[in-house]
Amino acid sequence: MKKTQVGDIDRSLYDFRYEEKDSYRVENGLTPEIVNEISDKKNDPEWMRKFRLSCLDIYNKSRMADNWGPSIEGLDMDNIVTYVKPNTNMKDDWKNVPDDIKNTFEKLGIPQAERESLAGVGAQYDSELVYHNVKKEVAEQGVVYTDLESAMHDERYAKMIEEHFMKLVPPTDHKFAALHGAVWSGGSFVYVPEGVHLEIPLQSYFRLNAKGAGQFEHTLIIVSDNAYLHFIEGCSAPKYNVANLHAGCVELFVGKNSKLRYSTIENWSKNMYNLNTKRAIVDEGGTIEWVSGSFGSHVSYLYPMSILNGKGSRCEFTGITFAGAGQNLDTGTKVVHNAPETSSYVNTKSISKSGGISTFRSEVIVNPNAKGTKSSVSCESLMLDSASRSDTIPAIDVRTADADVGHEAKIGRISDDAVFYLMSRGISEAEARAMIVRGFADNVSKELPLEYAVEMNNLIRLEMVGTVG
Amino acid sequence: MSEMLKINDLHVTAAGKEILHGVDLEIGKGETHVLMGPNGAGKSTLGYALMGHPKYEITQGSIIYEGKDITAETADKRAQDGLFLSFQNPLEIPGISLSNFIRNSMEQRTGERVKLWDFKKAIAKEMETLNMDPAYADRDLNVGFSGGEKKKAEILQLLMLNPGLAILDETDSGLDVDAVRTVSEGISIFQKEKQGTLLIITHSTKILESLKVDKTHVLADGKIVANGGPEMVDEINENGFEKYIK
Repeated sequence: MKKTQVGDIDRSLYDFRYEEKDSYRVENGLTPEIVNEISDKKNDPEWMRKFRLSCLDIYNKSRMADNWGPSIEGLDMDNIVTYVKPNTNMKDDWKNVPDDIKNTFEKLGIPQAERESLAGVGAQYDSELVYHNVKKEVAEQGVVYTDLESAMHDERYAKMIEEHFMKLVPPTDHKFAALHGAVWSGGSFVYVPEGVHLEIPLQSYFRLNAKGAGQFEHTLIIVSDNAYLHFIEGCSAPKYNVANLHAGCVELFVGKNSKLRYSTIENWSKNMYNLNTKRAIVDEGGTIEWVSGSFGSHVSYLYPMSILNGKGSRCEFTGITFAGAGQNLDTGTKVVHNAPETSSYVNTKSISKSGGISTFRSEVIVNPNAKGTKSSVSCESLMLDSASRSDTIPAIDVRTADADVGHEAKIGRISDDAVFYLMSRGISEAEARAMIVRGFADNVSKELPLEYAVEMNNLIRLEMVGTVG
Repeated sequence: MSEMLKINDLHVTAAGKEILHGVDLEIGKGETHVLMGPNGAGKSTLGYALMGHPKYEITQGSIIYEGKDITAETADKRAQDGLFLSFQNPLEIPGISLSNFIRNSMEQRTGERVKLWDFKKAIAKEMETLNMDPAYADRDLNVGFSGGEKKKAEILQLLMLNPGLAILDETDSGLDVDAVRTVSEGISIFQKEKQGTLLIITHSTKILESLKVDKTHVLADGKIVANGGPEMVDEINENGFEKYIK
């Protein structure tokens, strides 16, 4: 028999934190001296140092975005510590990772997941990767999965990185992209050579332990032609009373007839400002599949963007957002159809409860050359009580007559009759509501990696119990 | 025969309007009672009120089930006590399979884990009895089911959950002749093999064909206006309700 007597979401798995034993951290606030300091510490190549400083310049000159989304007034940039280095260098043997950091990831199930079902794992603690490992047979196929810093110093990849780094998301994109360019640290570099199909996924896990810190990891993935990769990204942080900032950046390059599946589960603690920028560009016949679960953070701005740049390229976006008390999650996606016969399928669900606000925001742009384009956007929202809010803001911009573009939105509440129906079979009201919500999210949760799908189901049950009575 | 259900002077209000104006009814253990009455008499309201639908407020009177006053209990507690309601219009619930739902309900009712292997065997057997395609077990609860399939799924739940008292609300409505026969056979298994107690709300006699009826009641304008034996069903089908309505 299921027991669900928990008052609110059980964050004990995430909320533990360890004393900050970082070996080095920069002063609060942001100056050229600080950026230079980061650059020195990281032993950047000269082009990167210049790039960082140019980004700082852009950051200082650009305005905060106009007031179109959730407020980020609680974020005091002068008090966000940009670079916190854990007291260890990167290890490729789990045994050598310091105990407190190791325990953190053990609790989150990371090494276990690696043993069971992953081809490679990267674990980032605060600003730096502390562990990175790839299975031998994967490396033998020529697949590169490492941290960006070492790759920059490896002559085989240095040029590739210089050619791709922040080309898809330029620092002029918005203020936080510029900030990211100036202070980025950690993250992953993945390269899949032509013709290589990686059947088992690679996974990165980001963990922010330090208080009042920012995490600015950069993920750069290049999938060559006729290749396949599934990359999983998980994020969490313990709860502090000061605001933390996550302004990561993800750039994905998908080659001809290749497919990249990018899954993210974000469960930051509820003091986090999650201002993440993700973008993919897809070549002829290629496919980008996004799977995106947003459960944590205080405020999120998250709209992974797909640029369908080659003929017949495709994008599938599957997303779920769960906004509880004190959360304002503004999520969605953007697709640019930039070549003929491209297609995009967007399917999202959002749930809001206890005063949480969930906004779905999407934009589909069909350029004049994108003849024969197909696009379908569907978003469904469920509000669990009258204190919660859900908005849908879809935008469609079609510049050719030869396109088939559809949009469907549904916003609803849990039907009392459905709850009664389940209760009439002996199921408690709390469990009945949780079953209905899980059922609502089912076709999205099926897309999540298994351990996360299980976690999401637990999350819904725990979140739901607090709403009854 | 010992008493299973006793309804005393039940007054029920829905959306601010009183629909039942004092209903009295007694059902003995193992008995089958038929409740008939013109449209709008309050038959479904009685079913919902017995099961504990929050929209149907009991303003006066009481419901005693196996000697226990359940008037104030919520629907899940009543189901755990042993009540069951077969819905006239079963609801569609996406994302929960029919079989998972039944297994979950069984565990909630008994408080014990139901072993998967035993469960699969049992549900396969009952589905065969009801002439149901086994594939329906894995389909989402009632989603895209035809009217007949939904009613069969209700009777499947009845046979699997094996309640003490089942209230069947218009289980035969919208069914073709074959489906009515199958459903009627399913109910008869509950009646004969499981010694179940039944309150059948119906318009027609077809569903009663394979069943033994003990008593018949006529509900009109929110009150029981006549009580009789099994012969009363045929009599009403021939002459209608006119003589019971003032």
